[in-house]
This record gives sequence, C-alpha cells and structure tokens, in this order.
Amino acid sequence: MSHGIGRIESIAGPVVRCVGLPSVRMYEVVRVGEQQLIGEVIEVGEGTCTVQVYEETSGVAPGEPVESTGDSLSVELGPGLLGSIYDGIQRPLPELREMSGDFISRGLTVEGIDKEKKWEFKPLVKIGDKVEPGDVIGEVPETQIITSKILVPLGVRGEVVEIVSPGEYTVVETICKVKDSHGDVHDVVMLQRTPVRIGRPFKGRVPMDTPLITGQRVIDTFMPQAKGGTGAIPGGFGTGKTVTLHQFAKWADAQVVVYVGCGERGNEMTEALEEWPHLKDPQSGRPLMERTVLIANTSNMPVAAREASIYVAVTLAEYFRDQGYDVALMADSTSRWAEALREISGRLGQLPSEEGYPAYLGSRLAQFYERGGRVKALGSGNRLGSITICGAVSPPGGDFSEPVTQATLRIVKVFWALDKDLAARRFFPAINSLTSYSLYQNTLEEWHKENLGADWPELVTEAMALLQKDQELREIVQLVGPDALPESERATLEAARMIKEDFLTQSALHEIDTYCPPGKTYRMLRVIINFARKMAEAVSVGVHVRRLLEFSVLDNIARMKIAPWDSYDSTLDAIETKMEREFQTLYQELSDSGMVMSKPAE
Amino acid sequence: MSKKSSVAYRTVSDVSGPLLVVEGTHNVSYNEVVRIRAPSGELLTGTVLETGRGRAVIQVFEGTSGLDTDVTAVRFTGETLKLPVSSEILGRVLDGSGNPLDDGPKLTAEDHWDIYGSPINPYARQYPRQPIQTGLSVIDGLNTLVRGQKLPIFSGSGLPHNRIAAQIVRQSKIPGEEGEFAIVFAAMGITATEAQYFMKSFEETGALEHTTLFLNLANDPAIERIITPRAALTAAEYLAYESDMHVLVILTDMTNYAEALREISAARSEVPGRRGYPGYLYTDLSLIYERAGRINGRNGTITQMPILSMPQDDMTHPIPDLTGYITEGQLPLSRGLHRRGVYPPIDPGPSLSRLMKEGIGEGMTRFDHKEVQAQLYYGYSEGIDLRDLVAVVGSEALTDRDQKYLKFADRFEAEFIGQGEFEDRSFEQTLDLGWNLLSEFPERELKRCDPDTISWAKERGAYRAA
Repeated sequence: MSHGIGRIESIAGPVVRCVGLPSVRMYEVVRVGEQQLIGEVIEVGEGTCTVQVYEETSGVAPGEPVESTGDSLSVELGPGLLGSIYDGIQRPLPELREMSGDFISRGLTVEGIDKEKKWEFKPLVKIGDKVEPGDVIGEVPETQIITSKILVPLGVRGEVVEIVSPGEYTVVETICKVKDSHGDVHDVVMLQRTPVRIGRPFKGRVPMDTPLITGQRVIDTFMPQAKGGTGAIPGGFGTGKTVTLHQFAKWADAQVVVYVGCGERGNEMTEALEEWPHLKDPQSGRPLMERTVLIANTSNMPVAAREASIYVAVTLAEYFRDQGYDVALMADSTSRWAEALREISGRLGQLPSEEGYPAYLGSRLAQFYERGGRVKALGSGNRLGSITICGAVSPPGGDFSEPVTQATLRIVKVFWALDKDLAARRFFPAINSLTSYSLYQNTLEEWHKENLGADWPELVTEAMALLQKDQELREIVQLVGPDALPESERATLEAARMIKEDFLTQSALHEIDTYCPPGKTYRMLRVIINFARKMAEAVSVGVHVRRLLEFSVLDNIARMKIAPWDSYDSTLDAIETKMEREFQTLYQELSDSGMVMSKPAE
Repeated sequence: MSKKSSVAYRTVSDVSGPLLVVEGTHNVSYNEVVRIRAPSGELLTGTVLETGRGRAVIQVFEGTSGLDTDVTAVRFTGETLKLPVSSEILGRVLDGSGNPLDDGPKLTAEDHWDIYGSPINPYARQYPRQPIQTGLSVIDGLNTLVRGQKLPIFSGSGLPHNRIAAQIVRQSKIPGEEGEFAIVFAAMGITATEAQYFMKSFEETGALEHTTLFLNLANDPAIERIITPRAALTAAEYLAYESDMHVLVILTDMTNYAEALREISAARSEVPGRRGYPGYLYTDLSLIYERAGRINGRNGTITQMPILSMPQDDMTHPIPDLTGYITEGQLPLSRGLHRRGVYPPIDPGPSLSRLMKEGIGEGMTRFDHKEVQAQLYYGYSEGIDLRDLVAVVGSEALTDRDQKYLKFADRFEAEFIGQGEFEDRSFEQTLDLGWNLLSEFPERELKRCDPDTISWAKERGAYRAA
C-alpha cells in the first residue's frame, strides 16, 4: 500500500485537481484536504490527477494535502448487509448519525460491516476437500429468511487444511485455511472486499424463463419481468415511479432486494425505513427488512457519491447472486445518476454531447444494466442466481425523447411507460398498457401456461386487443359521440372499461389490493374476459348493452380486487357461477318473451 | 483556516457580469466569504466559486457595478457564509442577506450558522404524518399539506398566487393543537407592491408577530437571490430545531432564484443544460427543498411552500419540472379556472400531495377522507371529459348518468374549489361539503367508497342521494 502525499491545486465544486501524487491509478481512492474527505481519481495526467470528492468541498483550500490509499472504491461484503441502510459509498447511516448527529458532517470514516458482531457459522467443507473460488465453505443464518453462504474468494484454490468447528465468529476471524498447488496457505475470512466498478465474475449466463412476480396486475399480465431481466420505468413527476418501485421492493418474489435511492427525496427513504420493517414478506411472512439492503443518497447529499451509489448497489446485489439468490435491484432514479455524470463531466471541461450529457452516457448505462442477468455462479455445483434490475427514469418534462430515456430503452428489455394523463385521472398504476412492452413475454409463456392456466396467453392477447380497439373507438367517440356507435362496439367499450377499472387499476394503499397473487390475477382476468365474450355473444343476438349493465354480478366483479389472498378462489368461483346464472336467466327471459329467436350455439 | 492574515488583495484582474477574478491569491478556500471594498468606499460581499493556481473567481452578491481593477480591494475572511441566528428575528423584516431593514434594534446573535446547512441524514428523518389545515378545501380535501412537507404552488403571471399564499399564512393551523407556529417568508425578486401587500396582510391579521421576512425585491441585486432562500432556511432551521417551533417557509418566486443561478453560470461560461440553465440546477434546487422535514427526537418541523411562476404556463419548463421532481407534490394554478372566476384557481387534475396518504384519516382528519377524496376526483375528471364531448356533440346526446357528472363538475368548481378569499373551512366542513356534492349520484355510482362509509354519511345527513 503506497501512501503518497500530494497537494491540491484547484477546486471547483466536487472536482479537485491535485499535483505531486506519485503513481496514482485511475479510480484509486484518495483522502482530500485536512478534513480527509473521501474522493476517487477520475483522470490521471503527468504529475497531476483529477479527483471527484464524495463530500461537500466548502472550506477546502489549494495547498492542502491529498493522500492516496492504494485502494480502489470497494465495498465490504459478508454477513451483516441485510437490513442495513447505507449512504452512496457504503457508510451505514445509523452509525453516521451516532457520530455526527442528525445532519451529515464531513470526513467521517465508517466501515460498511460490523467487525465485532459474532455470527453463527456452520462449516460445510472438511479438511482435505478441494475448493475453488465460489465454492461454499459454510453458512451463516443471517436473518430468518436468508442464509448467508460463505464463498471461497477469488484467487484461492486448493485443499482445505483447516476449518473451524461450528460456532460463533466475527467476519474477520479466519474460519478456513486453504493450501494451493504452490504450497502457500491462504486464510479465508467471511468478509470480502470487492471493487465496485467491475462486475464480480460468474461461470456463464443462463436463459431467463421464470417471471419475477411483482404482484402488480398490469405488469404481471401485460409486461412481465423475468428473473434476471432488465426494465426501465420512465415517467414525469407524479406519475408514480417511486410508488411502483416501492411496490416491487415490497412484493416481488425475489429473495433479496437491494433498493438504491439515488438523488431522490429524503422522505421517500424514511418512508421505506419506517414502513418496511413492519411489512411482511408475502412468501415467508417475515419482516421485509430481513431481505432488504437500502442505499440512500438523497438529492441533497454530495453529487459524486450519487454516481458511486449505483455501482455500490449492483456490487452488493452480485454478492447475493453469487450465493445463488434471486436478487431484485431497484434504482430510483437512473436519471439523477446520469445528471451526476453530466455535472462531473462539465466540471472536467469534457466536450458535451446531447443536452450536456457526456458522450459516454450510453455506454455507462449499458455497463450498468449488463450487470443484471441470470447466471451460473462460480464454484462447483450448479448454483443459479439472478439480478433483476428495475431502473426509474425521470425525463425532463415527461418527454421520452431525451437522452437518458432513449439510451436506456436501447438496453432494457422491459419498458413500463408511465402516463401523465392516467396519473391526472388518478388511474394507478399509471402504466400505459398500449405503449409499454416486455420482450420476455414469449420466453415466459411456458411458465405462465404451466403455473397459471393453459389459456393465459389467449386471455392476455384478447385483453390487449380489447384495449387497442377501445383506444381506436374512443377517437371516434370524441368526434361523433357514443350514440353513433353500433351496439357491438359499445360492448367493446364496456369490456375495455371493465379491464381498466376492475382489473388494471390497483391501489398501492389498500391492504389487500396492494398485492395480487399470480393465481388471483389469472382468475380475475378470466372472469372479465369471459364476461366480455358472453356480452359480445348476447349483443350479437340483439340484446342491448344497457340491459347487460344491469347485471348485479358487475358489482361483484368490481369488488374482486379485495378478495383475500388466501381465499380468493371461492369468491371467484361464486362470481363465475353467478355470471353464468345471470346470462342464463337473461336468455330465458328473452326466449319467453319471444324476443330472441335462438340461443347462440354453444 | 481561521488564522488567515488580513491581507487585502488589490489584484483584481477581471470584472465580468457578477464575477470578479482576483490574481495572486494564496490559500483561498472554496465557498469562502469575501469582503470587497469598492472604489466608492462601499463594502460588498461575495463568495469564492473557484480557487486554485493563485487565482480566485468570486461571485459578488450586490453586483459588480462600480468595481474596477485598480482600486478595488478584496479581503478573504477564511469563513463560509454564516447567518447570525436567534429567536428574536420573529417579527422582523430583513434584507435578502439577513440584515435588518426595519427600524427595530440590532439583532443579537445567539449563534452563527452556516447558511448552506448540511444534509439531513435520511436515517434521522421522521416521516411527515400530521396534517396542516390551510382552510382551503381544494388543498385540505384533495391534496392535504402535511407538516415537514415541501409543496410548491406552480403559478403564472397574472394569477393570484400571492393572495393564496397570504390566505394560507392567515389560516394555517394544526387542528386541536395551537403549538408554536412561525412563518419565514423569503421574497426573491418580487415587486415592492407585492412585498407591501404581504406586509400589510400579515400586519392586519397579527401574523407579523410570528413571521420573519427576508426581502430581496425586484430592484435589489439579483445575485443576492442565491443567498436569500438559504438564509431564510437557516433561520427556519434555528426556529424549528433550537426553539421547537413548527415553521412554514414560503419562498417566492423560485423562478427568479433560478434565473440568478443561470446568470452566474453563464458568466462562468459553463456548459448549459436545458434552456440555458446550468446542468446542476436539480442538485442546487434540492439543496434548498430538501431542508424541509421532520427529525426524529426533535419537536420542531419545517414545511416549505415554494411559489414559482411558470414561463408561459409551461409545466415542462426546467424550473417547475425539476421542482416537481424534488418536492412532494405540486399545486398548479389554472388560468381556465381563474378566468371563470374561481378562486383559488388550484387545478385538482395535475395537483398532488405525495405525503397526504399518511397524513389523513382516522385521528388526523376523518376516517372517510381517503374515500371521499378518491370519489370526488373520479367524479370531477369524468365531468371534465364529458365537457369536451358536449362541445362536440351537444348535451342532448348525453345519458342521464353523463348529465349528472356534468352538473357535478360545475358545482364542484363553484362550491368546492371556489370558496373565496375570506372563507376558512375546517376539515369537517370540507369533507361534508364533498358528500353534499356527491349527493348528485346514486349510491351505486360511488364505487370508490365503501358501502359502510356511505351509510355512515347518510346517517350523518351529509350524503343525501336522490
């Protein structure tokens, strides 16, 4: 570790130029000024270097020292991550509060993982076993739902010559010794340090054939996310980006959730912090925080740390992926991260491309999203893990043609477009089902058929067709009024209205409606499509739509959403029976009065 | 840095726009305060924007008129900008940098606080949960303001945002709890007439006693506007966190603030973002807005109500746009409503209060609040859609149901939104009025309300369906 000392030459906001630092490397971490602010080298020249500082630089003067650390920006990985809340460079916020009070002061050094806490370690290898990087040597029950697997670090390969017996150890105690082919013995501890800017290695990618169930009907139905997939959710302010991401973090069937609040509101992080410990994971029934890591770099925190927070988050996610977990990473918002890039780039005097963003915006975004995916982890055994990345995008003025949205759309496979008009009508989630898409729809079809119902693809296609038709008809209605439409088209409008109001709208605030199990989603859609089919059928033999709207089953359909998670089947059975009966009664009445010639063929 | 020698530099090499460049400087730190003696003997203040290689770039708050490169003397103080704070500032009128403007006594400082503040640790925050009753139905009923929230009013030229702000200051209270309540009012570039209107309005109602005004008027130096909101928020933080008060901060007009920022940025020839505003406008605005909040274990709170005028009523203009991304909702004014004589012309469609959901309901406002709000919203947006349709096909073509929605929308605008400048409504009154309007519809139409709630409202006599 070289600890060279240089000095500051000039300062402009978070960008500091220094001279006289010997052999400093790109992305090396340095300590800046007398207050030892944390910074990272982002440009190296002859005898000079440029540093982005992760803390506020007011009061720092030229001539003050700059010290190199020999390390690149890294995170600490090991038991103790789950349930934590960190700032953008993995400093735990509760510890920062203890040290500096309610406001964050500068130059504080706190380690990401508690070194004193003892964990219950259970070895899974024995002396003489051959191990390679990525092999599991033991387990720590970190929380009730997640067992942390202790992996052999990179560069360690050989024979286990010593392994501790089950018991309590800190993350820095040696738990295993491995002798390599040269006869060198490596100590293995639970703690690992990984640089954040390079992805952790894995064996290979595997196909993504399982959906990430989000419990949000519009998404699970029309634009499903795959485990290991990438998705973006762009929308102007007030359209519900953060609420949607929070819903994912709460209800998605990932095993571990990493949520990074990047340049967003402080109160949103507080909401998560206050609410999530009291919410139960629908799969395990345990508090949500037991599977969650939060990273908070709010908009008023230093801009350079905002740039780093995204990489810190994805590195933490990779650590859990390598243990074989399905991880969901929520980034809110990638636009703020891009703006941080723009600000630093501007201060460096780099030539701007579109809207002042640096020319490397697209490639940096791609690098980030490419760290998602479903992979076979290193090590023997076929451990599969995945990182699903969902990034919010905040386009200025809600205009999707801006550079960050466009660069993101070139990479991600799922696009959830938030619609300002829907939001203004309080139609939530305000996801426009016609413009949004998922490119995983086909790869997930098998899973859907097997686990939901063989007719699932049909139902989805039919619902989509109704919505599309509705959109076209509405334009006509705007011109000529609803009276000009034939009954069959009125039936289409009604069917689409039911899909929208009774199926797609979902209240994030309602205790039951906030999450919809996939089975319930399927049955709800089936009920509505069945009704639409029957309605079309009835209209085709001369029944007025108005007559059908008097059916009392419609009230039941409108309240399907609040059927309980565990007993929705009976409610929906009852609705299906009632619907059947009401249609039968209708035909009976009609044929009694002689208005209909024949019941349509079954 | 306090051991700085009191050297005065006479090495000004360049004066351009609001900026001053000094050569041959030594150990000048970033953001440090600078005192400048103009050739006329006048003392000016500035801060360091850039430092290094024996050169410092300074922004001068009072503007650079009268400065030269020969006689002008510059002294670096070694300190960042600080505001003398004390609870005595209530009832006082100060200039945009915090110096007294009225003829009251000199302020004695209990402490000096850095006007840039420090970010609140998100872990120390407490989620805002108590509503503030503004007495305006369109806010209280549809988009409730919560203590610790930042909720801006998006206005335009010619719209009555000042009257609304004054009314909110007059009427705001926390029902059932008349604790220590203070108002910090920061004016950036508003006209003398507007300032007088506010002062008069505060004096008449006795609000001035618990108000501090920071006034940077339209003819005051533009660059000082960079400091005004920060000085005001520093004072607010002192009142909230040291004197345990609930502080409502009104910042008007943020558009003028952003323009001052743009002026500095242009003078430094920085790469501009959208419409010439600097790329860091979002970060800069968030440093102001994020100072609202509640902190665990402290009694006081800071609630912000920034007012900004949208150039050409364009909500996608960078200032309202970036503001909306930071604040917890927005209250846009509508020119259409204003023209129809509806006061306050707050447009419910694009309005939003993000913190409302936790701040309303049983024990805070009333248990039926969420349902009434949802139903009113639904009814009004249906009505508005139908109005467009009527314009095309005429009202004869509409069904009975549609007619009801049309009528509802009209009544909603006239009675619920348009309450007038001098009516102060409680949460109860607002919600009962909501039910009264919903009586236009049969029970079956009220899909956003629970049947039990509807029967409750019936019993109460608030909902009387035909």
